[in-house]
Amino acid sequence: MPRRRRRDLLEQRRFLAPALIAPAVIFVALLVGAPLALSVYLSFTNATAGSLTGDFVGFQNYADQWSDPNFRTAFRNTIVFTLVANAIVVVGAAFLSHFLVREFRGKWFLRFLILLPWAAPVALSTIGFLWIFDSLFSVVNWTLIHLSLVDQFNPPQWLGEPNKALAAIITVHAWRLLPFATVIMIAGLASIPKEVDDAAKVDGATGLKKLFFVTLPLQLPIATIAVLFGIVFTATDMAVVYILTRGGPFNSTQMLPMWAFQTGIQAGALGPGAAIALFLLPVLALVTVLMLLFARRVEVT
Amino acid sequence: MPLRRRDKLITYLVVGPFAIVLAFPFYWMLQTSLKSELDLYNTENNPFGWGEGSPTLDNYRFLFSDTQYVHWLLNTVLVGLVVVAITLAVALPAGYALARLSGRWGQSMGVGLFLVYLVPPTLLFLPLSRVVAELGLQDRLASLILVYPGFTIPFATWLLMGFFKSIPRELEDAALVDGASRLRTLVWIVFPISLPGILTVIIFTFSLCVNEFVYAIAFITHSDSKVVSTGIYTELIRGDVFYWGALMAATLIPSIPLALLYNTFLDRFIAGFTGGAFR
Repeated sequence: MPRRRRRDLLEQRRFLAPALIAPAVIFVALLVGAPLALSVYLSFTNATAGSLTGDFVGFQNYADQWSDPNFRTAFRNTIVFTLVANAIVVVGAAFLSHFLVREFRGKWFLRFLILLPWAAPVALSTIGFLWIFDSLFSVVNWTLIHLSLVDQFNPPQWLGEPNKALAAIITVHAWRLLPFATVIMIAGLASIPKEVDDAAKVDGATGLKKLFFVTLPLQLPIATIAVLFGIVFTATDMAVVYILTRGGPFNSTQMLPMWAFQTGIQAGALGPGAAIALFLLPVLALVTVLMLLFARRVEVT
Repeated sequence: MPLRRRDKLITYLVVGPFAIVLAFPFYWMLQTSLKSELDLYNTENNPFGWGEGSPTLDNYRFLFSDTQYVHWLLNTVLVGLVVVAITLAVALPAGYALARLSGRWGQSMGVGLFLVYLVPPTLLFLPLSRVVAELGLQDRLASLILVYPGFTIPFATWLLMGFFKSIPRELEDAALVDGASRLRTLVWIVFPISLPGILTVIIFTFSLCVNEFVYAIAFITHSDSKVVSTGIYTELIRGDVFYWGALMAATLIPSIPLALLYNTFLDRFIAGFTGGAFR
């Protein structure tokens, strides 16, 4: 009897697993796999809008982009946005989460306020920032002028000057990712078993000592996941730049997804557009695999 | 455990400023949305106060009676719900199978799924727009419902795989030994325990759909079928004319219920993320 049952299960399993996975595989193959393959093909051709075929040009599109100053700016900006915004997010979220796990009066309401940037659709909140950074009616400038911190007749143009526009974009990304990272870090804190707390107490680890040697190391795997999401959200997002600056002024806030969109879709140069978008993929894939491996390794030890 | 007085004070001193900074843009949307044109565009006025004709509900009136705003909101919810349903139907079985029924290759396939999620829309955009055109789906919500599962399914499957792994195997084995079939076990034992995880996936999927912007702006140009992000962006900004009051009202309205929803389910979400009811 036990032997037969086991064999039944095995039979079932061999049949069941593929049957359960198949729909997902089909969806992904049709909606991502096939278009991706076509785009990879396009990146090696000189195809333009209107047709999905062209002459094979080898790595020409990639080489052209690599020597294009706009591409270089876009590449650099994508990395800068991602690193700076996520650095701010991780530090802020790690800090905030330690206090937000506590129980206190008014927590529900404060948490609601903190969650708002994450809950709001990104395009909508970015329109909010478009207004906050407006050239004429910026509330930031009004405040700065009335604090006599900037010149009334020459206020900063947050979206019109290259460095300030970069800062504005990073601000929006950091602002909108902070709540999400905080939530994930709270999850990390919540998953630390009570026994660890007790053990730390017995060993005399309190305050900062406990924070650095007990809590933070245990928080690390889940913090890695938070950073991973943060990196993916910032590096692949186009809405923020599209709405705030469209890559301007003078392409100074250009980033890869935006540049790929403008080149491949708006200007109709399919080949180069696909090549630009593909530059990011191996980098992100590598980062993802490394971070997932790291998260798992830390979790095991 | 109640906090000591000093700890309490420190907590408020940290959480309070964070809340103020993070919520400020929404406060600003609210104040702007209640202002009259005259007040809003007078640089002499204190923007934090109320000037001539403010506060007023004119912007809200304009938004609800002179634009398709309500339509856009409903479209957004509709697309979100249908995509959530499709995603769950496909990702639940796949996530379970990857976590339980497949050996080592399940693990690598899980990571592979996450990698699929990294493929930027700009890459898939051209081929997909061709497909949408061939199927005659331009300007229809169906185009978004067709395309969105491409990024929600990999993501949801990856998340669900993690949740299912955290469920103790013994529970299922007990049911199996009692003579229940795998599918029965799945529906009656596994899914109910995984509720926090499933809820997390629902919220995540819905929010991915609501946040999507690139496909929505490219596939749909017909006012009737726009979703909220693109409708506001394309119709309340006309060339150089920004209807700021109405824009701010329009951005504020969907944000509030979404944040309430997130806040209500946050504890479950956290439970889901740390691996289900059993740890």
